[in-house]
Amino acid sequence: MNYTQKEYSDYVNQKSAKSPIVRDTIIAFIIGGLICCIGQAFSDIYQKYFGLNEEISKTAVSVTMIFLGSLFTGLNLYNKLAKFAGAGTLVPITGFANAIVSPAMEFRREGLVLGLASKMFVVAGPVLVYGISSSVIVGLIYYLLGVF
Amino acid sequence: MNKRLGNQTVKILNPVSIISAANVAGKKEGEGPLAMYFDKILSDAAWGEETWEKTESKMQNFAVTNAISRANLKNSDINYILAGDLLNQCISSSFALRDLNIPFFGVYGACSTMAETISLGSMLIDGGFAENVAAVTSSHFCTAERQYRQPLEYGGQRTPNAQWTVTGSGAVILSGSGDGPYITHITTGEIVDMGIKDANNMGAAMAPAAAETLKAHFVETGRQPSYYDLILTGDLGILGKSIMIDLMGDYGYDLRDNYDDCGCLIFDAESQDTHAGGSGCGCSAVTLTGYVMSLISQGKLKNVLFMATGALLSPTSTLQGESIPSIAHAVAISSSREDSGL
Repeated sequence: MNYTQKEYSDYVNQKSAKSPIVRDTIIAFIIGGLICCIGQAFSDIYQKYFGLNEEISKTAVSVTMIFLGSLFTGLNLYNKLAKFAGAGTLVPITGFANAIVSPAMEFRREGLVLGLASKMFVVAGPVLVYGISSSVIVGLIYYLLGVF
Repeated sequence: MNKRLGNQTVKILNPVSIISAANVAGKKEGEGPLAMYFDKILSDAAWGEETWEKTESKMQNFAVTNAISRANLKNSDINYILAGDLLNQCISSSFALRDLNIPFFGVYGACSTMAETISLGSMLIDGGFAENVAAVTSSHFCTAERQYRQPLEYGGQRTPNAQWTVTGSGAVILSGSGDGPYITHITTGEIVDMGIKDANNMGAAMAPAAAETLKAHFVETGRQPSYYDLILTGDLGILGKSIMIDLMGDYGYDLRDNYDDCGCLIFDAESQDTHAGGSGCGCSAVTLTGYVMSLISQGKLKNVLFMATGALLSPTSTLQGESIPSIAHAVAISSSREDSGL
């Protein structure tokens, strides 16, 4: 090779097609925003027509959106929307549902225990680990702020 | 007479012919530009099987069984079968071939497997150890995705340089008795690693390996690119093909006229949304056994250099931040023994 690894890497970077970040960001904003609007609509409906208070309606909205994310994953539609929407479908809670349900479906063939159940967390596991850990740390900070 | 022309290239002195070829391709491949060259196109990804792995094995079994019957041979006429695939422990091959009762060598060369098995098979025949050898490989989009990437239903975006694993299997029967097309030279690749770590940019990782093998082939055979009607790499894809042309240009070889890549031929990247093109063992296997063999038999191609390329990474090495060692094996195919200088 006439190149060092560094030179080759620079050459490849300059030659490689780049992701269209501006376009991706705009689409993510619109689709992600639409998903959030749907969630807000459920929140309003639950409060107005089902008499839930704000706190409980938040939980009900999460449950609803997780159900819808899972359902559309199972229907093989969520990944098609995600291909277009990118972070717009990844960031909302529906994306988390997709990250749990899709490996569960993929590894169902390896059995209910060692396949479905254990592989269910291969994608979303880190979100749980670091999400729960950071909530504990934040909780401790809140507590300590209250003490002093 | 010395068979070794150099450090990497050998000349096949006793005639070795590709006496038959067969393939099977997936639905998406069947919607692509090479559709007319496939023996069978699957109507769905599963082909009636419970698991993707079973489907891939069934495809490989189909390809090799058809190739054997097309050669008017029986399983017992095949002295060795050389096979490999992408899955851990090469299960597609061993499960596909377990009922054939043919002595089996499993090989792993990632997507370079088709050229690797043809290389070894030709040497076995030239060396007098076999009369007929089957060489086969396969890949399946769904088995590769679940092993190397994400679950199929996971909502993610593919990068612009990512390639699409071909669902397909191709098999050839090599024989010491036959009247071509002949395997004339074999240039075995060395492992080349230029430090590319992006597993979604395998074309860039493999192009240097392809360039090194091709350069060695030209130097050791004394041939020039113009000798060949077609120089065909396995699955460098759109970016890798362009890098390959640049790298060979640096070495003083002009590839712009007669060079192509199976990964670029097999899909229409625009309409089929395959980004940088096709990849996988099946990519070069179905292109060789379909497109190339057809054009040779129609007399449209005489001398072809088939060079399958492999990225020798694993999901583990990628997670551990390793770069991608790559390889390319070249097989010179000629429709007549006169042309090949034998």
